[in-house]
Amino acid sequence: MAQRTESEFTLDTAAELAAGESAATIRGRSPWYLAWRRLRRNYFAFAALALFVLIVVVCILAPLYAHHVAHSGPNDEHVVGTVSVHGHPQDIVSQGGNISTKTGKPCAFGETTCKLVPSIPIGPQWGAAGGKYVLGADVLGRDIAVRLLYGGRNSLLVGIGSSAICVFFAVLLALAAGYFGGWIDFAITRFFDLFYAFPVVLLGIALGSALAINGFHHFGINVESGSLWIPLLVISYVLIPYVGRPLRGQVLSLREKEFVEASISQGASPVRVMFSELLPNITSSVLVFFTLIIANNIVLEAALSFLGAGVQDPTPSWGKLIAQGQQLIVTRPALALAPGISIVLTVLALNIFGDGLRDALDPRAKVRVEH
Amino acid sequence: MLTFLARRLVGALLVCIVVTFIVFVIFIVVPGGDPAQRIAGKNATPQLIENIRHTWGFDKPFYDQYWVMLKKMFSGDLVSYTSQQNVVSQIVQGMPATFSLTIGAGIIWLFFGIVVGVVSAVKAGRTSDRLITVLALIGISMPVFWLGIVCRYYFAEGGVAFIFPDGEYVGLTQNPFQWFWHLFLPWIVLAVLFIGFYGRVLRGNILDTINEDYVRTAKAKGLPPRRILRKHVLRTSLIPVITLFGLDFASVLGGGAILTETVFDLHGVGQYAAQSINNFDLPPIMGVTMYGAFFITIFSVIVDLFYAYLDPRIRPT
Repeated sequence: MAQRTESEFTLDTAAELAAGESAATIRGRSPWYLAWRRLRRNYFAFAALALFVLIVVVCILAPLYAHHVAHSGPNDEHVVGTVSVHGHPQDIVSQGGNISTKTGKPCAFGETTCKLVPSIPIGPQWGAAGGKYVLGADVLGRDIAVRLLYGGRNSLLVGIGSSAICVFFAVLLALAAGYFGGWIDFAITRFFDLFYAFPVVLLGIALGSALAINGFHHFGINVESGSLWIPLLVISYVLIPYVGRPLRGQVLSLREKEFVEASISQGASPVRVMFSELLPNITSSVLVFFTLIIANNIVLEAALSFLGAGVQDPTPSWGKLIAQGQQLIVTRPALALAPGISIVLTVLALNIFGDGLRDALDPRAKVRVEH
Repeated sequence: MLTFLARRLVGALLVCIVVTFIVFVIFIVVPGGDPAQRIAGKNATPQLIENIRHTWGFDKPFYDQYWVMLKKMFSGDLVSYTSQQNVVSQIVQGMPATFSLTIGAGIIWLFFGIVVGVVSAVKAGRTSDRLITVLALIGISMPVFWLGIVCRYYFAEGGVAFIFPDGEYVGLTQNPFQWFWHLFLPWIVLAVLFIGFYGRVLRGNILDTINEDYVRTAKAKGLPPRRILRKHVLRTSLIPVITLFGLDFASVLGGGAILTETVFDLHGVGQYAAQSINNFDLPPIMGVTMYGAFFITIFSVIVDLFYAYLDPRIRPT
């Protein structure tokens, strides 16, 4: 095509240019495809997704590891017993005593910085014990590596499950509030406001520890006290307002758009308008929220379990493992470090991927300024 | 203006009362925590339990019990079930630690949050921006209690050194230097999460504002970039950050620092709440929730007023 100077552009130029190109080269692309293309270029976000998937897969494979490598279940106790390290038997849990907080070894005479420790489990063996006690044991002689993987399963299950439930109800409430307005909107926003006045952790532990004693047996729902459902439901419940409020705002502004008016004037039922007109338009936000809420919920689960209001003994979870590891941190820091690092990696991966997803789905977000 | 204020304050009071009601219902509906049994102790005779139930009023209908509890809370003689200590005085005792922790950490996180946000926005897209973004994300991804445990172990319990004292709180009037030294680690630990979060929010806001027409006008008039950033960009971009700060500050002040206080043994209001919840002790939990809801609602009113002051377009009518 001949080079045009700027003055030659007229109102019809675009049409002329389009006519010059073959129809195949300007094929229409769906917004999802465009978003996918943008996401594909973001290698950083992709690496994060890969890391998250890797962590999930490794945790799912926990039983294989427990059975074939560590030869010990997550709750198998070995208080009395030995393990062969390089062919030499070694106590899994040895007698405690006064331990120097500086060196982690028995206290020397005259040393002032000592701490009385009841018993000392075996430390990280890496490969030395033939796959057993790779990260060491806890006071009851349970294999920490096995518990870490099983704990990851529970933490991820609670994190992902609670996010799904939370986002589901938040979307329903946001759609109802935004579509109907009036007193329904009033009631729902007041409900959101009310829970904003609670510190999340405080409400979470109040609910979690209240339910931890006897479980929940009302309205035909029976949940036993040690069940994973308790932290899962508590976490999803306390976060509904934090997802619902911003989504309601979006629905409210979409509600005024012409396409909604058109749909209503064509006689579409409220359910139809809500689910096939409004919902598709907030899906991208919902997806981003879902990713970021998983990250948030994994941390919240850890916090609740740490305070004794989440996952209950003997079930492992990353937060529970940190709480148990804290008591032995002077002699065996790995016990608290390993689950913490697992949380940081998982949550970091989710946050990075969530950011990438948001940038890809909403190109107008000017956060993505490139030079 | 005055009616707006009055309406908000009445609303705040209502929210506080409803919040305590919810807590009450949670602990009454959920079975297993018979308070009479708790007060009587392990080897109580059924007669003793019955007496306690009567004198404390546990045999009354639950709305009656709630009313009595609310009255006691406002008159200041609410008493714990397990330790029988006065709840209000316990909360007042915990307040210096919680306030010191929150105010110190608040100053740190607001200052560094703004620095991080401004630097990464000014350098947007460059390596330093990427680096700061990743660091901020790592800060956000760390569970605060884990960071606390690890920092306490490495810097106060001899993992690396004994630089800081090992937990506990020392009053400001008692020994200002020890006060500062004891709170240094908790401040940093609590602030890390918020620094990352505020930095990211501010970065996004600044990048949004930079594209506004009035910023272009300022540039076209030949104002120095620093002045544009300070007077034109930051003034708008900081509004959402200040809102966030008000709400977060209130929630931490109102017992939201449960984890940091517990990890560092600061004996603040948050730790009191955590202990009471573990003991299933209803009155202190009611007291702390009321106290927390009070700060959160009051600060949300303050934030609204501040907002109106900064942005004339949203003056309440």
